Amino acid sequence: MRRVETITVRGSDTEVNLVFHLAEQYMSIDSAASISITGGGSGVGIAALLNGKTDVANSSRALTEQELALAKARGMTLVAHVFAADALVIIVHPSTGVTSLTLEQLGRIYAGDIRDWSEVGGRPGPISLYGRQSNSGTFVYFREKVLRRDFSPALKQMNGTAQIVESVMRDPYGIGYVGLGYIIKADGSLRQGVRVVPLRMDARSPAVSPLDTQALRSGLYPLVRPLYQFTNGEPQGKIRAFFQFEASPMGQQIIAENGYLPPWPEMLAADAELTSLKTINFYSDSQ
Amino acid sequence: MKGHRFYWNCFFENSLAVSGWLSVAILVGIFLLLLTNSWRAFERLSLTSFFSLTPWNPAAYDTPSYGIGALLMGTALTTLGAIAIAAPLGIGMAFFLSEIAPARLRNLLKPFVELTAAVPSVVMGFAGIVLVGPFLARVFGLPNGLNALNGAILLAFMSLPTIVSVAEEAVQAVPKAYKEASYALGANRWETLIRVTLPACYSGLLAAIMLGMGRAIGETMTVLMATGNATAMPQGFFSSVRTITATVAIEMGEVATGTTHYYALFACALVLFLITLAINIVAERVAARWRKRGQ
Repeated sequence: MRRVETITVRGSDTEVNLVFHLAEQYMSIDSAASISITGGGSGVGIAALLNGKTDVANSSRALTEQELALAKARGMTLVAHVFAADALVIIVHPSTGVTSLTLEQLGRIYAGDIRDWSEVGGRPGPISLYGRQSNSGTFVYFREKVLRRDFSPALKQMNGTAQIVESVMRDPYGIGYVGLGYIIKADGSLRQGVRVVPLRMDARSPAVSPLDTQALRSGLYPLVRPLYQFTNGEPQGKIRAFFQFEASPMGQQIIAENGYLPPWPEMLAADAELTSLKTINFYSDSQ
Repeated sequence: MKGHRFYWNCFFENSLAVSGWLSVAILVGIFLLLLTNSWRAFERLSLTSFFSLTPWNPAAYDTPSYGIGALLMGTALTTLGAIAIAAPLGIGMAFFLSEIAPARLRNLLKPFVELTAAVPSVVMGFAGIVLVGPFLARVFGLPNGLNALNGAILLAFMSLPTIVSVAEEAVQAVPKAYKEASYALGANRWETLIRVTLPACYSGLLAAIMLGMGRAIGETMTVLMATGNATAMPQGFFSSVRTITATVAIEMGEVATGTTHYYALFACALVLFLITLAINIVAERVAARWRKRGQ
Protein backbone atom coordinates (compact mmCIF):
# COMPACT_ATOMS: atom_id res chain seq x y z
CA MET A 1 0.00 0.00 0.00
CA ARG A 2 1.26 3.45 -0.88
CA ARG A 3 1.56 5.90 1.96
CA VAL A 4 -0.06 9.30 1.62
CA GLU A 5 1.70 12.07 3.49
CA THR A 6 -0.64 14.66 4.95
CA ILE A 7 0.48 18.26 5.32
CA THR A 8 -1.52 20.82 7.25
CA VAL A 9 -1.14 24.48 6.34
CA ARG A 10 -2.71 27.24 8.41
CA GLY A 11 -2.70 30.99 8.63
CA SER A 12 -2.85 34.07 6.44
CA ASP A 13 -6.14 34.85 4.77
CA THR A 14 -4.19 36.80 2.17
CA GLU A 15 -2.42 33.61 1.14
CA VAL A 16 -5.16 31.05 1.63
CA ASN A 17 -6.67 31.16 -1.87
CA LEU A 18 -3.30 31.26 -3.59
CA VAL A 19 -1.87 28.36 -1.57
CA PHE A 20 -5.08 26.45 -2.15
CA HIS A 21 -4.65 26.77 -5.91
CA LEU A 22 -0.99 25.81 -5.67
CA ALA A 23 -1.79 22.78 -3.51
CA GLU A 24 -4.58 21.66 -5.79
CA GLN A 25 -2.22 21.69 -8.76
CA TYR A 26 0.54 20.00 -6.78
CA MET A 27 -1.73 17.21 -5.56
CA SER A 28 -2.81 16.51 -9.14
CA ILE A 29 0.84 15.80 -9.94
CA ASP A 30 1.81 14.03 -6.73
CA SER A 31 -0.94 11.71 -5.54
CA ALA A 32 1.11 10.66 -2.49
CA ALA A 33 0.60 14.08 -0.90
CA SER A 34 -2.50 15.42 0.77
CA ILE A 35 -2.44 19.09 1.72
CA SER A 36 -5.14 20.64 3.87
CA ILE A 37 -5.27 24.41 4.05
CA THR A 38 -7.17 26.67 6.42
CA GLY A 39 -7.11 30.43 6.92
CA GLY A 40 -7.82 32.38 10.08
CA GLY A 41 -5.10 35.01 9.82
CA SER A 42 -1.32 35.04 10.06
CA GLY A 43 -1.41 35.27 13.86
CA VAL A 44 -3.58 32.17 14.04
CA GLY A 45 -1.21 30.22 11.78
CA ILE A 46 1.90 31.20 13.73
CA ALA A 47 0.19 30.40 17.05
CA ALA A 48 -0.78 27.00 15.63
CA LEU A 49 2.81 26.33 14.49
CA LEU A 50 4.16 27.31 17.91
CA ASN A 51 1.58 25.06 19.58
CA GLY A 52 2.48 22.18 17.26
CA LYS A 53 -0.91 22.14 15.58
CA THR A 54 0.18 22.73 12.00
CA ASP A 55 3.11 21.76 9.77
CA VAL A 56 3.28 25.04 7.86
CA ALA A 57 2.20 28.52 9.00
CA ASN A 58 1.27 30.88 6.20
CA SER A 59 2.01 34.44 7.17
CA SER A 60 1.88 37.78 5.42
CA ARG A 61 4.07 39.33 8.11
CA ALA A 62 7.39 38.57 9.77
CA LEU A 63 7.48 37.11 13.27
CA THR A 64 7.15 39.41 16.27
CA GLU A 65 9.67 39.56 19.11
CA GLN A 66 7.28 37.65 21.39
CA GLU A 67 6.74 34.91 18.81
CA LEU A 68 10.49 34.54 18.32
CA ALA A 69 11.02 34.38 22.07
CA LEU A 70 8.25 31.81 22.46
CA ALA A 71 9.73 29.65 19.69
CA LYS A 72 13.11 29.81 21.39
CA ALA A 73 11.64 28.93 24.77
CA ARG A 74 9.94 25.90 23.24
CA GLY A 75 13.13 24.79 21.53
CA MET A 76 11.87 25.35 18.01
CA THR A 77 13.98 26.57 15.10
CA LEU A 78 11.62 28.32 12.74
CA VAL A 79 12.60 28.62 9.11
CA ALA A 80 11.13 31.22 6.75
CA HIS A 81 10.28 30.44 3.16
CA VAL A 82 9.30 33.34 0.91
CA PHE A 83 7.24 31.95 -1.95
CA ALA A 84 5.58 35.05 -3.36
CA ALA A 85 5.09 38.77 -2.87
CA ASP A 86 1.93 40.75 -2.49
CA ALA A 87 1.14 44.37 -3.10
CA LEU A 88 -1.22 45.98 -0.63
CA VAL A 89 -3.78 48.02 -2.51
CA ILE A 90 -5.72 50.96 -1.14
CA ILE A 91 -9.26 50.99 -2.45
CA VAL A 92 -11.89 53.71 -2.09
CA HIS A 93 -15.43 54.14 -3.29
CA PRO A 94 -15.31 56.03 -6.61
CA SER A 95 -17.59 58.78 -5.28
CA THR A 96 -14.96 59.90 -2.73
CA GLY A 97 -13.21 61.61 -5.63
CA VAL A 98 -9.72 60.83 -4.30
CA THR A 99 -7.09 60.44 -7.01
CA SER A 100 -3.90 59.77 -5.00
CA LEU A 101 -2.61 59.72 -1.44
CA THR A 102 0.79 60.06 0.17
CA LEU A 103 1.88 57.43 2.67
CA GLU A 104 1.69 60.07 5.39
CA GLN A 105 -1.88 61.02 4.49
CA LEU A 106 -2.83 57.35 4.47
CA GLY A 107 -1.36 56.90 7.94
CA ARG A 108 -3.18 59.94 9.30
CA ILE A 109 -6.45 58.75 7.77
CA TYR A 110 -6.17 55.35 9.44
CA ALA A 111 -5.04 56.83 12.76
CA GLY A 112 -8.15 59.03 12.76
CA ASP A 113 -6.38 62.42 12.40
CA ILE A 114 -7.85 63.10 8.98
CA ARG A 115 -11.57 62.48 9.14
CA ASP A 116 -13.00 64.19 6.10
CA TRP A 117 -12.31 63.45 2.45
CA SER A 118 -12.04 67.15 1.64
CA GLU A 119 -8.77 67.28 3.62
CA VAL A 120 -7.07 65.04 1.05
CA GLY A 121 -8.60 66.53 -2.09
CA GLY A 122 -11.78 64.49 -2.21
CA ARG A 123 -15.47 65.32 -2.06
CA PRO A 124 -16.48 66.46 1.46
CA GLY A 125 -17.79 63.64 3.62
CA PRO A 126 -16.81 61.62 6.70
CA ILE A 127 -14.16 58.99 6.01
CA SER A 128 -15.38 55.49 6.77
CA LEU A 129 -12.46 53.17 7.65
CA TYR A 130 -12.38 49.47 6.86
CA GLY A 131 -9.65 47.08 7.90
CA ARG A 132 -8.97 43.65 9.30
CA GLN A 133 -8.95 42.26 12.81
CA SER A 134 -5.76 42.09 14.81
CA ASN A 135 -5.24 38.40 13.99
CA SER A 136 -4.54 39.47 10.43
CA GLY A 137 -0.98 39.77 9.14
CA THR A 138 -2.16 42.57 6.89
CA PHE A 139 -3.40 44.49 9.97
CA VAL A 140 0.05 44.20 11.55
CA TYR A 141 1.98 44.91 8.35
CA PHE A 142 -0.11 47.98 7.54
CA ARG A 143 0.27 49.33 11.07
CA GLU A 144 4.02 48.76 11.03
CA LYS A 145 4.58 50.21 7.58
CA VAL A 146 2.02 53.01 7.33
CA LEU A 147 0.82 54.05 10.78
CA ARG A 148 3.62 53.31 13.25
CA ARG A 149 1.00 53.79 15.98
CA ASP A 150 -2.49 52.49 16.77
CA PHE A 151 -5.37 52.36 14.35
CA SER A 152 -8.29 54.69 15.01
CA PRO A 153 -10.81 52.92 17.26
CA ALA A 154 -13.44 53.83 14.65
CA LEU A 155 -11.85 51.30 12.28
CA LYS A 156 -14.46 48.75 11.27
CA GLN A 157 -12.76 45.39 11.70
CA MET A 158 -13.97 42.99 9.05
CA ASN A 159 -13.76 39.22 9.09
CA GLY A 160 -11.89 38.87 5.86
CA THR A 161 -10.48 40.77 2.92
CA ALA A 162 -13.41 39.88 0.67
CA GLN A 163 -15.70 41.58 3.18
CA ILE A 164 -13.59 44.75 3.02
CA VAL A 165 -14.00 44.86 -0.77
CA GLU A 166 -17.77 44.29 -0.47
CA SER A 167 -18.15 47.00 2.18
CA VAL A 168 -16.11 49.62 0.32
CA MET A 169 -18.18 48.94 -2.81
CA ARG A 170 -21.34 49.78 -0.85
CA ASP A 171 -20.07 52.67 1.29
CA PRO A 172 -19.79 55.99 -0.63
CA TYR A 173 -17.23 57.25 1.94
CA GLY A 174 -15.37 53.97 2.35
CA ILE A 175 -11.65 53.23 2.23
CA GLY A 176 -10.01 49.86 2.71
CA TYR A 177 -6.72 48.01 2.27
CA VAL A 178 -6.63 44.65 0.48
CA GLY A 179 -4.16 42.32 -1.20
CA LEU A 180 -3.74 42.81 -4.94
CA GLY A 181 -5.13 39.32 -5.53
CA TYR A 182 -8.52 40.40 -4.21
CA ILE A 183 -9.13 43.08 -6.83
CA ILE A 184 -7.83 41.23 -9.86
CA LYS A 185 -10.29 38.66 -11.12
CA ALA A 186 -9.31 35.25 -12.49
CA ASP A 187 -9.41 36.52 -16.08
CA GLY A 188 -6.97 39.33 -15.22
CA SER A 189 -9.57 42.10 -15.26
CA LEU A 190 -10.15 44.52 -12.38
CA ARG A 191 -12.97 44.30 -9.84
CA GLN A 192 -15.58 46.93 -10.70
CA GLY A 193 -17.12 49.24 -8.13
CA VAL A 194 -13.99 50.29 -6.25
CA ARG A 195 -11.19 52.67 -7.19
CA VAL A 196 -7.55 51.70 -6.72
CA VAL A 197 -5.69 54.68 -5.23
CA PRO A 198 -2.17 55.34 -6.54
CA LEU A 199 0.25 56.11 -3.70
CA ARG A 200 3.09 58.60 -3.34
CA MET A 201 6.10 58.05 -1.10
CA ASP A 202 5.86 61.75 -0.17
CA ALA A 203 4.21 64.88 -1.53
CA ARG A 204 6.90 65.39 -4.20
CA SER A 205 7.21 61.90 -5.59
CA PRO A 206 5.01 60.63 -8.40
CA ALA A 207 1.82 58.69 -7.71
CA VAL A 208 2.41 55.01 -8.39
CA SER A 209 -0.36 52.53 -9.09
CA PRO A 210 -0.06 48.99 -7.71
CA LEU A 211 -1.38 47.77 -11.06
CA ASP A 212 1.96 48.71 -12.60
CA THR A 213 3.97 45.48 -12.22
CA GLN A 214 7.20 47.19 -13.21
CA ALA A 215 6.80 49.73 -10.40
CA LEU A 216 6.11 46.97 -7.90
CA ARG A 217 9.29 45.12 -8.72
CA SER A 218 11.46 48.22 -8.79
CA GLY A 219 10.35 49.26 -5.30
CA LEU A 220 8.61 52.48 -6.40
CA TYR A 221 5.31 51.32 -4.91
CA PRO A 222 5.61 51.55 -1.12
CA LEU A 223 3.42 48.65 0.01
CA VAL A 224 4.97 45.48 -1.36
CA ARG A 225 5.58 42.68 1.08
CA PRO A 226 6.92 39.15 1.02
CA LEU A 227 4.55 36.27 1.75
CA TYR A 228 6.03 33.71 4.13
CA GLN A 229 5.57 30.08 4.92
CA PHE A 230 7.12 29.16 8.26
CA THR A 231 8.09 25.65 9.28
CA ASN A 232 9.63 24.20 12.40
CA GLY A 233 13.11 23.28 11.16
CA GLU A 234 14.09 22.85 7.51
CA PRO A 235 11.17 21.58 5.46
CA GLN A 236 11.46 17.87 4.73
CA GLY A 237 9.71 15.31 2.56
CA LYS A 238 6.52 16.40 0.90
CA ILE A 239 6.62 19.86 2.45
CA ARG A 240 9.96 20.44 0.76
CA ALA A 241 8.64 19.04 -2.50
CA PHE A 242 5.61 21.33 -2.30
CA PHE A 243 7.79 24.38 -1.66
CA GLN A 244 9.94 23.41 -4.65
CA PHE A 245 6.78 23.11 -6.74
CA GLU A 246 5.78 26.65 -5.72
CA ALA A 247 9.10 27.91 -7.08
CA SER A 248 8.83 25.92 -10.31
CA PRO A 249 7.73 27.67 -13.52
CA MET A 250 4.27 26.13 -13.11
CA GLY A 251 4.01 27.38 -9.53
CA GLN A 252 5.20 30.83 -10.54
CA GLN A 253 2.58 30.93 -13.26
CA ILE A 254 -0.19 30.11 -10.75
CA ILE A 255 1.14 32.84 -8.45
CA ALA A 256 1.04 35.42 -11.26
CA GLU A 257 -2.42 34.31 -12.43
CA ASN A 258 -3.83 34.87 -8.95
CA GLY A 259 -2.65 38.47 -8.85
CA TYR A 260 0.45 37.91 -6.73
CA LEU A 261 4.06 38.42 -7.69
CA PRO A 262 6.58 35.63 -8.06
CA PRO A 263 9.55 36.57 -5.86
CA TRP A 264 12.53 38.31 -7.44
CA PRO A 265 16.14 38.21 -6.27
CA GLU A 266 16.34 41.76 -4.87
CA MET A 267 13.26 41.28 -2.71
CA LEU A 268 14.48 37.93 -1.41
CA ALA A 269 17.87 39.40 -0.58
CA ALA A 270 16.37 42.43 1.14
CA ASP A 271 14.08 40.23 3.17
CA ALA A 272 16.81 37.77 4.17
CA GLU A 273 18.69 40.75 5.57
CA LEU A 274 15.74 42.00 7.61
CA THR A 275 14.54 38.82 9.21
CA SER A 276 16.55 37.24 11.96
CA LEU A 277 15.44 33.76 10.93
CA LYS A 278 17.09 31.29 8.67
CA THR A 279 15.51 31.83 5.28
CA ILE A 280 15.37 29.43 2.41
CA ASN A 281 14.14 29.70 -1.14
CA PHE A 282 13.92 27.29 -3.98
CA TYR A 283 13.64 30.05 -6.51
CA SER A 284 17.23 29.83 -7.77
CA ASP A 285 17.00 26.02 -8.05
CA SER A 286 14.39 26.27 -10.72
CA GLN A 287 16.05 28.95 -12.82
CA MET B 1 -35.02 -13.42 44.97
CA LYS B 2 -35.02 -10.01 43.43
CA GLY B 3 -36.06 -10.04 39.80
CA HIS B 4 -34.83 -8.34 36.66
CA ARG B 5 -37.24 -5.53 37.20
CA PHE B 6 -35.54 -4.48 40.41
CA TYR B 7 -32.12 -4.22 38.79
CA TRP B 8 -33.46 -2.34 35.78
CA ASN B 9 -35.16 0.09 38.08
CA CYS B 10 -31.97 0.63 40.03
CA PHE B 11 -30.02 1.06 36.85
CA PHE B 12 -32.35 3.68 35.36
CA GLU B 13 -32.76 5.60 38.57
CA ASN B 14 -29.02 5.81 39.04
CA SER B 15 -28.22 6.71 35.46
CA LEU B 16 -30.79 9.51 35.54
CA ALA B 17 -29.29 10.79 38.78
CA VAL B 18 -25.83 10.67 37.24
CA SER B 19 -26.86 12.65 34.16
CA GLY B 20 -28.60 15.19 36.37
CA TRP B 21 -25.54 15.67 38.53
CA LEU B 22 -23.29 15.66 35.49
CA SER B 23 -24.90 18.81 34.10
CA VAL B 24 -24.46 20.48 37.48
CA ALA B 25 -20.83 19.37 37.57
CA ILE B 26 -20.20 20.70 34.06
CA LEU B 27 -21.71 24.07 34.92
CA VAL B 28 -19.65 24.33 38.10
CA GLY B 29 -16.57 23.21 36.17
CA ILE B 30 -17.04 25.92 33.54
CA PHE B 31 -17.54 28.49 36.24
CA LEU B 32 -14.38 27.42 38.08
CA LEU B 33 -12.38 27.41 34.85
CA LEU B 34 -13.52 30.95 34.07
CA LEU B 35 -12.92 32.06 37.62
CA THR B 36 -9.38 30.70 37.98
CA ASN B 37 -8.28 32.07 34.60
CA SER B 38 -9.93 35.45 35.17
CA TRP B 39 -8.24 35.60 38.55
CA ARG B 40 -4.90 35.66 36.78
CA ALA B 41 -6.13 38.55 34.62
CA PHE B 42 -7.02 40.57 37.68
CA GLU B 43 -3.62 39.86 39.20
CA ARG B 44 -2.17 41.78 36.28
CA LEU B 45 -4.89 44.34 35.59
CA SER B 46 -6.71 46.60 37.98
CA LEU B 47 -10.39 45.88 38.36
CA THR B 48 -11.27 49.55 37.95
CA SER B 49 -9.40 49.95 34.67
CA PHE B 50 -10.94 46.72 33.34
CA PHE B 51 -14.46 48.02 33.92
CA SER B 52 -13.66 51.56 32.77
CA LEU B 53 -13.74 53.39 29.47
CA THR B 54 -10.05 52.57 28.87
CA PRO B 55 -9.88 51.44 25.23
CA TRP B 56 -9.87 47.71 24.51
CA ASN B 57 -6.61 47.43 22.64
CA PRO B 58 -4.69 44.24 23.52
CA ALA B 59 -2.65 44.28 20.30
CA ALA B 60 -1.63 47.91 20.73
CA TYR B 61 1.38 49.37 18.98
CA ASP B 62 2.88 50.60 22.26
CA THR B 63 1.14 49.63 25.49
CA PRO B 64 -1.78 47.22 25.44
CA SER B 65 -4.86 48.33 27.35
CA TYR B 66 -7.84 46.31 28.50
CA GLY B 67 -11.06 48.19 29.24
CA ILE B 68 -14.42 46.62 28.53
CA GLY B 69 -16.58 49.74 28.90
CA ALA B 70 -17.13 50.20 25.17
CA LEU B 71 -17.62 46.44 24.68
CA LEU B 72 -20.22 46.28 27.45
CA MET B 73 -21.93 49.23 25.83
CA GLY B 74 -21.90 47.38 22.49
CA THR B 75 -23.46 44.33 24.09
CA ALA B 76 -26.03 46.49 25.91
CA LEU B 77 -27.03 48.40 22.77
CA THR B 78 -27.53 45.32 20.62
CA THR B 79 -29.26 43.28 23.33
CA LEU B 80 -31.57 45.99 24.69
CA GLY B 81 -32.30 47.16 21.15
CA ALA B 82 -33.22 43.60 20.22
CA ILE B 83 -35.52 43.27 23.23
CA ALA B 84 -37.16 46.63 22.50
CA ILE B 85 -38.09 45.24 19.08
CA ALA B 86 -38.76 41.62 19.96
CA ALA B 87 -40.70 42.03 23.22
CA PRO B 88 -43.78 43.86 21.88
CA LEU B 89 -43.65 41.83 18.68
CA GLY B 90 -43.28 38.50 20.46
CA ILE B 91 -45.93 39.20 23.09
CA GLY B 92 -48.33 40.49 20.45
CA MET B 93 -47.69 37.35 18.47
CA ALA B 94 -48.25 35.17 21.53
CA PHE B 95 -51.60 36.83 22.23
CA PHE B 96 -52.60 36.53 18.61
CA LEU B 97 -51.69 32.86 18.48
CA SER B 98 -53.39 31.79 21.67
CA GLU B 99 -56.37 34.17 21.88
CA ILE B 100 -57.27 35.45 18.46
CA ALA B 101 -56.04 33.19 15.68
CA PRO B 102 -58.34 30.31 14.65
CA ALA B 103 -56.91 26.89 15.50
CA ARG B 104 -55.93 26.11 11.90
CA LEU B 105 -53.98 29.32 11.46
CA ARG B 106 -52.34 28.79 14.83
CA ASN B 107 -51.23 25.29 13.91
CA LEU B 108 -49.73 26.70 10.75
CA LEU B 109 -48.04 29.78 12.24
CA LYS B 110 -46.59 28.36 15.42
CA PRO B 111 -44.23 25.85 13.79
CA PHE B 112 -43.02 28.63 11.49
CA VAL B 113 -42.16 30.90 14.40
CA GLU B 114 -40.40 28.04 16.15
CA LEU B 115 -38.52 27.11 12.99
CA THR B 116 -36.86 30.52 12.89
CA ALA B 117 -34.84 29.29 15.89
CA ALA B 118 -33.27 26.76 13.55
CA VAL B 119 -31.76 29.39 11.23
CA PRO B 120 -27.98 29.13 11.78
CA SER B 121 -26.46 32.29 13.25
CA VAL B 122 -23.95 32.57 10.42
CA VAL B 123 -26.86 32.74 7.97
CA MET B 124 -28.37 35.54 10.06
CA GLY B 125 -25.04 37.37 9.98
CA PHE B 126 -24.94 36.99 6.24
CA ALA B 127 -28.46 38.43 6.01
CA GLY B 128 -27.21 41.33 8.12
CA ILE B 129 -24.44 42.08 5.66
CA VAL B 130 -26.37 41.76 2.39
CA LEU B 131 -29.96 42.63 3.39
CA VAL B 132 -30.45 44.51 6.67
CA GLY B 133 -27.25 46.59 6.43
CA PRO B 134 -27.84 48.04 2.95
CA PHE B 135 -31.53 48.53 3.84
CA LEU B 136 -30.68 50.56 6.97
CA ALA B 137 -28.09 52.56 5.05
CA ARG B 138 -30.69 53.53 2.44
CA VAL B 139 -33.54 54.26 4.85
CA PHE B 140 -31.52 56.35 7.30
CA GLY B 141 -29.10 57.84 4.75
CA LEU B 142 -26.03 56.30 6.40
CA PRO B 143 -22.77 55.52 4.59
CA ASN B 144 -23.03 51.89 5.75
CA GLY B 145 -25.32 49.63 7.72
CA LEU B 146 -22.73 47.90 9.90
CA ASN B 147 -24.00 49.24 13.20
CA ALA B 148 -25.69 48.41 16.50
CA LEU B 149 -29.18 48.73 15.01
CA ASN B 150 -28.37 46.08 12.41
CA GLY B 151 -27.24 43.73 15.18
CA ALA B 152 -30.32 44.57 17.27
CA ILE B 153 -32.71 43.77 14.43
CA LEU B 154 -31.05 40.42 13.72
CA LEU B 155 -30.95 39.50 17.43
CA ALA B 156 -34.61 40.49 17.75
CA PHE B 157 -35.45 38.01 15.02
CA MET B 158 -33.34 35.35 16.74
CA SER B 159 -34.85 35.82 20.19
CA LEU B 160 -38.41 35.96 18.84
CA PRO B 161 -39.02 32.16 18.92
CA THR B 162 -37.98 31.98 22.59
CA ILE B 163 -40.18 34.92 23.55
CA VAL B 164 -43.19 33.73 21.54
CA SER B 165 -43.19 30.17 22.82
CA VAL B 166 -42.66 31.05 26.50
CA ALA B 167 -45.16 33.94 26.32
CA GLU B 168 -47.73 31.79 24.56
CA GLU B 169 -47.39 29.16 27.25
CA ALA B 170 -48.00 31.88 29.84
CA VAL B 171 -51.11 33.17 28.07
CA GLN B 172 -52.47 29.65 27.67
CA ALA B 173 -51.98 28.98 31.36
CA VAL B 174 -54.41 31.72 32.44
CA PRO B 175 -57.38 29.84 33.94
CA LYS B 176 -60.43 29.82 31.72
CA ALA B 177 -62.58 30.84 34.66
CA TYR B 178 -60.99 34.31 34.70
CA LYS B 179 -62.04 34.99 31.14
CA GLU B 180 -65.47 33.48 31.58
CA ALA B 181 -66.03 35.66 34.64
CA SER B 182 -64.96 38.71 32.66
CA TYR B 183 -67.32 37.92 29.79
CA ALA B 184 -70.12 37.28 32.31
CA LEU B 185 -69.62 40.79 33.65
CA GLY B 186 -70.20 42.15 30.16
CA ALA B 187 -66.58 42.88 29.13
CA ASN B 188 -65.84 42.38 25.45
CA ARG B 189 -62.95 40.35 24.08
CA TRP B 190 -60.50 43.25 23.90
CA GLU B 191 -61.24 44.43 27.44
CA THR B 192 -60.85 40.88 28.72
CA LEU B 193 -57.52 40.52 26.93
CA ILE B 194 -56.05 43.78 28.27
CA ARG B 195 -57.62 43.96 31.74
CA VAL B 196 -57.85 40.30 32.74
CA THR B 197 -55.59 37.99 30.73
CA LEU B 198 -52.60 40.35 30.50
CA PRO B 199 -52.35 41.09 34.26
CA ALA B 200 -52.89 37.40 35.03
CA CYS B 201 -49.90 36.28 32.96
CA TYR B 202 -47.78 39.38 33.49
CA SER B 203 -44.89 37.64 35.24
CA GLY B 204 -44.89 34.85 32.67
CA LEU B 205 -44.46 37.45 29.93
CA LEU B 206 -41.63 39.03 31.89
CA ALA B 207 -39.93 35.65 32.11
CA ALA B 208 -40.34 35.26 28.34
CA ILE B 209 -38.63 38.60 27.76
CA MET B 210 -35.79 37.76 30.14
CA LEU B 211 -35.17 34.41 28.47
CA GLY B 212 -35.21 36.12 25.06
CA MET B 213 -32.64 38.56 26.41
CA GLY B 214 -30.46 35.69 27.61
CA ARG B 215 -30.62 34.28 24.11
CA ALA B 216 -29.67 37.60 22.50
CA ILE B 217 -26.81 38.53 24.80
CA GLY B 218 -24.83 35.35 24.15
CA GLU B 219 -25.18 35.40 20.38
CA THR B 220 -21.79 35.72 18.70
CA MET B 221 -21.48 35.03 15.00
CA THR B 222 -24.39 37.21 13.92
CA VAL B 223 -23.21 40.34 15.71
CA LEU B 224 -19.61 39.67 14.76
CA MET B 225 -20.58 39.74 11.09
CA ALA B 226 -23.12 42.55 11.12
CA THR B 227 -21.97 45.26 13.51
CA GLY B 228 -18.58 46.30 12.09
CA ASN B 229 -16.64 45.51 15.31
CA ALA B 230 -15.16 48.98 15.88
CA THR B 231 -13.82 49.24 19.42
CA ALA B 232 -14.63 52.95 19.81
CA MET B 233 -17.24 53.95 22.40
CA PRO B 234 -20.56 53.82 20.49
CA GLN B 235 -22.43 57.12 20.09
CA GLY B 236 -25.78 55.46 19.50
CA PHE B 237 -27.56 52.83 17.44
CA PHE B 238 -25.97 54.10 14.22
CA SER B 239 -22.44 53.49 15.55
CA SER B 240 -20.44 50.44 14.71
CA VAL B 241 -20.07 48.35 17.89
CA ARG B 242 -18.02 45.44 19.17
CA THR B 243 -19.77 43.12 21.62
CA ILE B 244 -18.11 41.05 24.34
CA THR B 245 -18.95 37.81 22.56
CA ALA B 246 -17.43 39.04 19.29
CA THR B 247 -14.27 40.14 21.11
CA VAL B 248 -13.72 36.71 22.63
CA ALA B 249 -14.49 34.97 19.34
CA ILE B 250 -12.21 37.20 17.27
CA GLU B 251 -9.23 37.19 19.60
CA MET B 252 -9.23 33.73 21.19
CA GLY B 253 -7.78 32.14 18.04
CA GLU B 254 -4.63 34.24 17.87
CA VAL B 255 -3.81 34.71 21.51
CA ALA B 256 -0.77 32.95 22.97
CA THR B 257 -1.71 30.89 26.03
CA GLY B 258 -0.63 32.29 29.38
CA THR B 259 -0.44 35.95 28.36
CA THR B 260 -2.36 38.82 29.96
CA HIS B 261 -4.47 39.05 26.81
CA TYR B 262 -5.39 35.35 27.16
CA TYR B 263 -6.55 35.77 30.76
CA ALA B 264 -8.31 39.06 29.93
CA LEU B 265 -10.44 37.17 27.39
CA PHE B 266 -11.41 34.72 30.14
CA ALA B 267 -12.37 37.70 32.29
CA CYS B 268 -14.60 38.92 29.42
CA ALA B 269 -16.19 35.49 29.25
CA LEU B 270 -16.71 35.50 33.03
CA VAL B 271 -18.47 38.86 32.87
CA LEU B 272 -20.73 37.55 30.12
CA PHE B 273 -21.38 34.34 32.06
CA LEU B 274 -22.37 36.27 35.19
CA ILE B 275 -24.70 38.55 33.24
CA THR B 276 -26.49 35.64 31.54
CA LEU B 277 -26.60 33.71 34.82
CA ALA B 278 -28.20 36.70 36.56
CA ILE B 279 -30.74 37.14 33.76
CA ASN B 280 -31.65 33.45 33.84
CA ILE B 281 -31.97 33.32 37.62
CA VAL B 282 -34.25 36.37 37.60
CA ALA B 283 -36.27 34.87 34.74
CA GLU B 284 -36.63 31.57 36.60
CA ARG B 285 -37.77 33.27 39.80
CA VAL B 286 -40.28 35.41 37.94
CA ALA B 287 -41.55 32.35 36.11
CA ALA B 288 -41.77 30.35 39.34
CA ARG B 289 -43.85 33.06 40.97
CA TRP B 290 -46.18 33.09 38.02
CA ARG B 291 -46.57 29.30 38.09
CA LYS B 292 -47.40 29.38 41.80
CA ARG B 293 -49.99 32.04 41.26
CA GLY B 294 -51.50 30.14 38.36
CA GLN B 295 -52.33 27.19 40.57
